[in-house]
Amino acid sequence: MRNGTSAIAVAVAAFLALLGAALGQDALFRIQAWIVFTVLALGAVFLFRRVSFGPAGAAALTGEQAAYNDDVIRWGVIATLFWGTAGLLVGVIAATQLAYPAFNIPPFLNFGRLRPLHTSAVIFAFGGNALIATSFYVVQRTCRARLFGGWLPSFVFWGYQLFIVLAATGYLLGITQGREYAEPEWYVDLWITVVWVAYLLVFLGTLVKRKEPHIYVANWFYLSFIVTIAMLHLVNNLAVPVSFLGVKSYSAFSGVQDALTQWWYGHNAVGFFLTAGFLGMRYYFVPKQANRPVYSYRLSIVHFWALIFMYIWAGPHHLHYTALPDWAQTLGMVFSVMLWMPSWGGMINGLMTLSGAWDKLRTDPVLRMMVMSIAFYGMSTFEGPLMSIKAVNGLSHYTDWTIGHVHSGALGWVGMVSFGAMYFLVPKLWNRKQLYSLRLVNWHFWLATLGIVVYAAVMWVSGIMQGLMWREYDGQGFLVYSFAETSAAMHPYYVMRILGGVLYLLGMLVMIYNVYKTIRGDVRAEVPMGAEAPALKPAE
Amino acid sequence: MDLDYHSMRTFADSWGLLFMFLTFVLVIWMALRPSAKKSHEDAANIPFKE
Repeated sequence: MRNGTSAIAVAVAAFLALLGAALGQDALFRIQAWIVFTVLALGAVFLFRRVSFGPAGAAALTGEQAAYNDDVIRWGVIATLFWGTAGLLVGVIAATQLAYPAFNIPPFLNFGRLRPLHTSAVIFAFGGNALIATSFYVVQRTCRARLFGGWLPSFVFWGYQLFIVLAATGYLLGITQGREYAEPEWYVDLWITVVWVAYLLVFLGTLVKRKEPHIYVANWFYLSFIVTIAMLHLVNNLAVPVSFLGVKSYSAFSGVQDALTQWWYGHNAVGFFLTAGFLGMRYYFVPKQANRPVYSYRLSIVHFWALIFMYIWAGPHHLHYTALPDWAQTLGMVFSVMLWMPSWGGMINGLMTLSGAWDKLRTDPVLRMMVMSIAFYGMSTFEGPLMSIKAVNGLSHYTDWTIGHVHSGALGWVGMVSFGAMYFLVPKLWNRKQLYSLRLVNWHFWLATLGIVVYAAVMWVSGIMQGLMWREYDGQGFLVYSFAETSAAMHPYYVMRILGGVLYLLGMLVMIYNVYKTIRGDVRAEVPMGAEAPALKPAE
Repeated sequence: MDLDYHSMRTFADSWGLLFMFLTFVLVIWMALRPSAKKSHEDAANIPFKE
């Protein structure tokens, strides 16, 4: 009997959610329980309709299907595109609200609720799905082994989507524990812990049964991402719930210890989720797309260990000039500056992978996207250490410069390398010879690149202006500008920032159209990249 | 040894630091030692085996 057990398990879970909806201590918890119940009940109905009673051996897998489990990766690609679009759209709306406060629609669609929705949607929903999907692809191909755990990969995928839905609806309802990039409350934290342990088991199990003696370096990065995120998540979310069936909890830490715990988590979420994980992606997909092995495998291993040993100490640079002890601030700054070396070593390693194949950039916009992502990796890992230096941080902290920095890393590095990987994966996963259109990939490339450049440049100007206005004293030692005056001065830049976001979002829509047509099996009639369009001839 | 803040801090910035540093030197040496050249070249080509 196939699907029988999982259908029953989901139905039981739906019933437990219904109990939560009935017995919840507060209205918000009951709403969340109703959401879980609805989702699980629909899932149970779907699974029961697919239960088949044939003998277990009848559905034996054949050929490619037996070698690799790609179903969950196909879902992952679609989820990545869906959540990516949602996250970018919310970002554009939040940017619009900053420029034009009238767009705040209380209470559910206020900026304060949309901002965590945007950050979590792009980091955890878009980035997380991209990482889970590509890690499952890479670990199978480089180990030459099928994913471990039978139904476990599907559980990881659907469990992760449930986490996203709970987190997203929670933000809109106003449920938050107020921790940066870790806003979901204790019950969502517990759920994602279960899912994450399952993810670790699938990944480790696949590594254990590998047919390739050596573990390829991309898997090292993916594994460090999975393990470190688990550790960070568990410590940062240590909290005591007020009641067993209520939303509210209180942190186990207080004061400056709590602040340091949050930024130890917050900065390493950047370091291990948005950097180590996506470096795993890069060390597989860039060599594949360029059809050349990585420039120096040794350098990639040095890159890995140096990153692992240094990143974990960099968090205190978020707390310069606060109650945090001075030595801890300096420690964070020094380790951030030292990170220059592995980051740039890694960037050079990525770029040099193309040595001897640079001509491919002319004809392959997917590779162009990946190279742009490596360039942005280099740029934002240069800017980050610079901003962590106390003297610079005194100017940049709390200003839009930080926002610009984050976006050059997130849109440029994380976004572009994910798009490149998706363009590589889609024809492979759906057995198509090629993408629907390389010209459209090129459009996506330029829309995204222009969007990032507009966004980052505008935020530099706006942020540095803001910082300078805040610290401007007159002859008698009084501050020259009020806070409202700095906000008014930034308005034009906020409007331009919306334009940058819209360009990036447009690129994403072009990608969705391209992927949709590719999955359908269409091929666009177009002049190949690098070739001249045929000259127009007069009609005869 | 007491497990108070000061003694743990002292342990961390002496023996702990030394341990981390030596481990780091060891793994970097493992990557850079000349005899590993061949196996690293093989490893770099793993993505092309499938």
